[in-house]
Amino acid sequence: MNKNYPFATVLAATTSLRNKTGSWRTMCPHYVNLMPPCNAVCPAGENVQQWLSFAQKGHFRQAWNVIVQNNPFPAIMGRICYHTCEKVCNRLHLDEAVNINLLERAIGDIAISHGWKFESVIPATGKKVLIVGSGPSGLAASYFLRKLGHEVEIKEAHALVGGMMRYGVPRFRLPDSIIDAEIRRITDLGVKISCNSRVGNLKSEMNKFDAIYLSIGASKPTKPDVEVRPGSTIIDAVDLFKRLTNEQSHSSVELGKRVAVYGGGNTAIDAARMALRLGAEKVNIIYRRTLNSMPAHEMEIHEALSEGIKILCLRTIKSVDHKEILMEKMNYDEESGILTKSGEEETVTADSVIFAIGQFVDDSIIKNIDGIAMADGGIIGVNECMMTGARGIFAGGDAISAKRTATIAIAHGKKSAHYIDAYLSGKEVEQKQKPDIVNFKKLNTNYYPKIPRINLLPAASISLEERTVALTEKEIIVESSRCLSCGNCFHCYNCYGYCPENAIKKLPDGSLEVDLNYCKGCGICAVECPCGAIKMMQEK
Amino acid sequence: MKEKLGGIMLHQLEGSQAIAKVVAMCRPNLICAYPITPQTHIVEELGEIVRSGELQNCEYLNVESEMAALSATIGAQAAGIRSYTATSSQGLLHMAEAIYNASGLELPIVMTIGNRAIGSPLNIWNDHSDAMAVRDAGWIMLFAESNQEAVNLHIQAFRIAEMVKCPVMVCVDGFILTHAYERINIPDQKEVDEFLPAYEPHITMDTANPLSIGTMVPPEYFMEVRYIAHLRQQKSISIIEHVADKFADKFGGNSGGLFHKYNIQDAETIVVTMGSVAGTIRDVVDDINCESGNKFGVLTLISYRPFPQKEIREALKNAKKIVVVEKALAVGIGGILVQEIKLSLAGINVNITSVVAGLGGKPITRSMLYDCLLGSSHEETKFLGLNDDLVKKKCLFACDASVI
Amino acid sequence: MSYPTIGGPAAEKKNTNVAHDVCVQSQIDRRNTITSGHRACQGCGEALAARCVLDAAYSATNGNIVVVNATGCLEVFSCVYPENAWNIPWLHSLFANAPSVASGVAAAMHVSGKSTRVIAQGGDGATTDIGMGALSGMFDRNDDVLYVCYDNQAYMNTGVQRSSSTPPMARTATTFPVGSYLGNDAKSGKNLPEIAIAHNIPYVATASVAHVTDLEQKVMAAIHIRGARYIHVHVPCPLGWGIKTSETIKIARLAIDCGLFPLFEVVNGAMTTSFTIENLVPVEEYLKPQRRFAHLFGKNAVPDAIAHIQKLADENIKRYKLLGENAHE
Repeated sequence: MNKNYPFATVLAATTSLRNKTGSWRTMCPHYVNLMPPCNAVCPAGENVQQWLSFAQKGHFRQAWNVIVQNNPFPAIMGRICYHTCEKVCNRLHLDEAVNINLLERAIGDIAISHGWKFESVIPATGKKVLIVGSGPSGLAASYFLRKLGHEVEIKEAHALVGGMMRYGVPRFRLPDSIIDAEIRRITDLGVKISCNSRVGNLKSEMNKFDAIYLSIGASKPTKPDVEVRPGSTIIDAVDLFKRLTNEQSHSSVELGKRVAVYGGGNTAIDAARMALRLGAEKVNIIYRRTLNSMPAHEMEIHEALSEGIKILCLRTIKSVDHKEILMEKMNYDEESGILTKSGEEETVTADSVIFAIGQFVDDSIIKNIDGIAMADGGIIGVNECMMTGARGIFAGGDAISAKRTATIAIAHGKKSAHYIDAYLSGKEVEQKQKPDIVNFKKLNTNYYPKIPRINLLPAASISLEERTVALTEKEIIVESSRCLSCGNCFHCYNCYGYCPENAIKKLPDGSLEVDLNYCKGCGICAVECPCGAIKMMQEK
Repeated sequence: MKEKLGGIMLHQLEGSQAIAKVVAMCRPNLICAYPITPQTHIVEELGEIVRSGELQNCEYLNVESEMAALSATIGAQAAGIRSYTATSSQGLLHMAEAIYNASGLELPIVMTIGNRAIGSPLNIWNDHSDAMAVRDAGWIMLFAESNQEAVNLHIQAFRIAEMVKCPVMVCVDGFILTHAYERINIPDQKEVDEFLPAYEPHITMDTANPLSIGTMVPPEYFMEVRYIAHLRQQKSISIIEHVADKFADKFGGNSGGLFHKYNIQDAETIVVTMGSVAGTIRDVVDDINCESGNKFGVLTLISYRPFPQKEIREALKNAKKIVVVEKALAVGIGGILVQEIKLSLAGINVNITSVVAGLGGKPITRSMLYDCLLGSSHEETKFLGLNDDLVKKKCLFACDASVI
Repeated sequence: MSYPTIGGPAAEKKNTNVAHDVCVQSQIDRRNTITSGHRACQGCGEALAARCVLDAAYSATNGNIVVVNATGCLEVFSCVYPENAWNIPWLHSLFANAPSVASGVAAAMHVSGKSTRVIAQGGDGATTDIGMGALSGMFDRNDDVLYVCYDNQAYMNTGVQRSSSTPPMARTATTFPVGSYLGNDAKSGKNLPEIAIAHNIPYVATASVAHVTDLEQKVMAAIHIRGARYIHVHVPCPLGWGIKTSETIKIARLAIDCGLFPLFEVVNGAMTTSFTIENLVPVEEYLKPQRRFAHLFGKNAVPDAIAHIQKLADENIKRYKLLGENAHE
C-alpha cells in the first residue's frame, strides 16, 4: 500500500481474502454421486446416466465404452431390452421419459458401423472356463471372463450362436447382422465358440476346465393340456422360430391364412406378429387371463394390436380338431389372481395353432453331476455366488430364473463372471455399497426445459425386415440431453455461479470443489443443484 | 470596466463575478451549480464562462440540491479531477454530511461560502452562522476580508487543498462582498497557471490499480484516523503561510496567511475579528488611536481552520485587553471565536471581551463599534446594536422562571 | 420459460445486439468483483447479485468500470478496514448521495477523455427512500451512469426496518403486526422502475438474482448505453425475510413465478417482458416460506390479505403480460 494513501479509508483490492469465513460454517456441502433410478433398476447394471452424459456431448465412443462396461450388446439390447429404466425415469414427472432404449440402439449401431472393438484383455491368468450355451448369458459371461484374462470356450448345441437372441426373437425385431456384429467382437477378444457342439458329458469337461458356467437356457417347450385331434396343424413357437432361423427361409413354414396363438407372454406376441409376416391374414391370440395380466410387455402388446392382431382373453383351449378350436371361457379375479372355469364354450377356426405357453429347462446335462439339483419351479439351483451345488460349476440366465429376459441373462453372465473370477483367483468379490437412489423430489426441475421425446415413427407397413430408422447425430444429442442426470453433476455450474462467497472453485478441467476456507455453509448450492448432486452435511 | 494601474489590471466587478473569474482561472474540471442566495451569482457567472468556451475541459453540472452539488464534486475529485462548488447558509447545512465525508476522504475540493445567517427564522443576509456550524468538519476554512482577498484566497485555496490533501472553504461575506462592485485586480491566466500546477491526484479511481475509497473503520482505528486528520491540519498552518508568501512574491499584495495584523505591536487593546467587518474596525481603531491616544490594534483571522493557536497567542500575548468581534452566536453560551481565543491565551492574564455583532445582516456602524470598543469590559457577551427595549418587551416574560 | 442453468446456453436476446452465448458467472476467469472473505450473512442475495452485475459489466467492458456504492449492507460487509472484498475501483461516500457521486465520477471520466463506465449501486433504502432525490436528479440530467438497485425490501443493515420498497403486509421491525395491524400498509410502496421509466431515460430494467443469465444480459446491454440507466434487482435477504439461507434463489424465483416481481426491460421507452411464467404459482407459495408474512397464515390466517396480495400479482401479470402476449386473462 502506497503510504501516500489516506490511512484506513483507502484500501487495496481483495484484502478480505485474509478473512477465512469458512469458520462460520455449521453445514458443509459435499459433491456426491447418487444412484439415478434408471441405473438402479437396470438388471445389467448399466450406468445409463453416464453414457447419456457422453452422448449428449456427441462423445459417442465414450458413451459406447460406458455401455459395454456392463453390457457387451448395445445394438441388440437397444432393440430387445424391455427398458425398465424408462419406467422409472424421473423425467416422466416432467414430460416423458428419456428414450434410453432407442439411444442405446443408436449408439450400438454407430459402434457397428464404425467397427469399434472392445479394449484388449489384461494379461492371461492361465485359467480355463467352459461356458455351455451361447445365449446372452453365456456370451456376456464369456466377455467379462475374457476381459479378466481367462481363457474361455463356449460350446453351443445349435448351429448358430446367440441362444434365444437368435432363436427366440423374430428377425424383424433383431436382424442377424446385428447379432453377428456384436458376437464377432467377443470372438475377436479371443473367446472360442464351437457350434453344433452339445455337451453330453459334463463330468469329463470338468477335468479340462477350471470352471464351468451353465447358460443352457430354457429351451424345451411346455406342452399344454389340450386335446389335439389328428389332422390339426400344431406348432410350438420355439420350434417355429428355430426353423425360420436355421433354414433361413420361410417357404417351408406353412401356417395358413388364419392362425391362433396360445399364450400370453412375449413369445406368444412375437409368434403372432411373425405369423402375420408369414402371410396369415387373421391372427388371434388366445389367453386365459385378462389383458392387464398378460406377462408380455405392454409395448409389444401395443404393437401387436396396432398390427391388427386380436387378443381373445379369458379363454383356454380345450381341444383342436382340424381347423376348429374349442375354447372354454374363464373367470379371472385380478385382485386375488383366482382363475375359474365358466363352463361356457366357444369355437374359433384356425388353419394352424401356435403354442407359446412357456419353456422349461432341459436338465439332462446335470443329471449325473453330484451336488447340482433342480430347484422349485424347474430351474437350476445356485447360491448367492451363482455357483451350483457342484464346486466350480456356476449357472445363470433362463436356466436359473423364472424372469426370463435377455437383460437379466446378461446380468447373470456379468455377475457370474465376477464370482467365477473370484473363485479362480481365490479372492472375494468386492461388494460395493450402493448409493441412495435419487427420486424426483430431490431434483430442482426449474432448470430443465420441456423438450419433446424423440420416438421412432410407427412402421409404414408390416414387414419381415427391421424398421431401418437411424437417429441423426443431432437427434441423439438432443434426446440424450433430455437426461436429468439425476444425482450426478453435469457441470451446469449453478453451484459455482450461485455461491455468494465464491467458495466453489472451478478447476481448469471444469470440475468443481468447495473452498472450505470461505464456504459459509448457506446451502444455496445444494438447493439450486438441478440434479441433487450436492449434499449438505453437518460440519465435523 | 478595466483600469491599468501600476502594472496590475483592475476590473470593476461584482465580488461574485470576480470570484467566478478567478475560480475559472484555477481550471476546475467540474463545477456544480445549485442556486442559493447570496452565492448564486458565482455559479451563474461560471456557467457563462464554461459555456462561452473561456474555460475548457470543464463539466458544469446543474444539480438538484446542495447535497448533490458537494456529492458530485466528491465523486469527481475521487476520480481524479479538480472540482469546485459554492453555497451559502441552508445549502451548507443541507450538505452537512457530505462536508464531513469530503474531508474524511481527504479530497482537495474548494468550495466558496457566501456567508449568510441560518434560519429559522429565514434570513438571507450575512453573518457567519453557516460556516461556524460546520467548523469541526475537518475542512480548512479561510475567511476573506475583502473581494480582492477573496480572489486571491481562491487561488491559494486550490494550492493549499492539493498540498495538504484537505478540502478548503473560502468564506466570503454574503452581499457585503459577494454583491459589492469594486475595482479588483484579476491576475493573468499565465501567472495563475505558474502558481497553481495541474492537479495530480494522490488517490483516484484507476482501473489499472483498483482501490476502495471510503471504507468503514472500526473502533480500533477510528480515533487514529481522526488524530491523523487533526495532525495534518495543524501541519497545514505552515503550508498556509508558505503559500501566502509565495503568492505575495508572485502577485504582490498581502493576502492570505493565518491572519492580518494591524497596529498590534505595543497595542494595549487588540480587536480580533474575521471577514469584511475588519475594514470598518480598522477605521474605528484608527479614529480611536488618533483621537484618544489609546493603543488599539486589530487581528483579522483568515485561517479559522486550522486555528493557529500558537501564532495567535504570540500575537496577542502582550495586550492588556482583547475584544473579539464576531458574526456568529453559539446559542446558550455566546461567541464562538472568543472561546477559541480564550483557549489560545490560557494562562495569560488578559481581559477578553466578547462582542457578537451583525447577526442576520444587522448593520455594524462605526459609531456602534466606537462606543463598544471604548466602553468598559464586560463579563458577559455584548450583542452589538441589540434593541434592548424590544427584547425586554417581547421576550422577558417567557424567560421568567416564575411563570413556569 | 424455464430457468437456464448458470453453465447452460444464455437465452436469446431480442432487443439488443449484446447476446453472450455463455453466462459470465460460469466462467473460470470471471473477475469475482466481490471476492471471498466478505462479511455478508449466509445466503445473502445482495452479495451474489452484486457480483453477478459487476462481473458482467467487467466482462462486457474488459474491466473498464468503476463503482460508486451507497451506504448499506453491501458497503458494510464488503469493505471494513483492513479487509476489502472489492476487486475493482470502488468509492463509498454516503447513504443518500450515490447517484450524485456517480454523476461526478462520470463527469471526471468524460473530461479526462476516459471511456470508463460508471456504475452506482445501493439497496432499496438508499434508492427508493433517502437517495431518491439524488437518483431523480441523475436521471433528469441523463448523466452517464448505470444505477443498480439491489432490492431486499427493507433496511436490513440497521435491523430490518420498513422502506418504501417493503411489500404490503410484510413484517419489519417498524411494521410489526400487532392486533388488527397486519404489518406494512396494504397500499404502500413505490414502484421505482416505473418512476425511472417516467424520467424517459434510455434504459430501465428489472432483474432477479434467481435469473442470472437475464440479469447479466441486461447489465451487458445497459453498460454500453450513454446516459442514465436503471436496473432494479430483486434480492432476497434470508435474515430479514425469515427464510432458510439455502433458499435465497428459490424464494426469488417464486417471486417471479407468482407474478409479484415482473421481469421486463424498457429500451428507449419500448417495454418488453423478458420472462414469461411457465409454472404460475399462487402468491401463497411465495409468501408462506417467509417469516415476515407468517402472521397472514396459521390459526389467525387473513384470507383478505392474501387475496389482496394475489390481486397485486394478477395486476402485474396483466400489465406486464407475464403469461405471454397471447395468454388468456
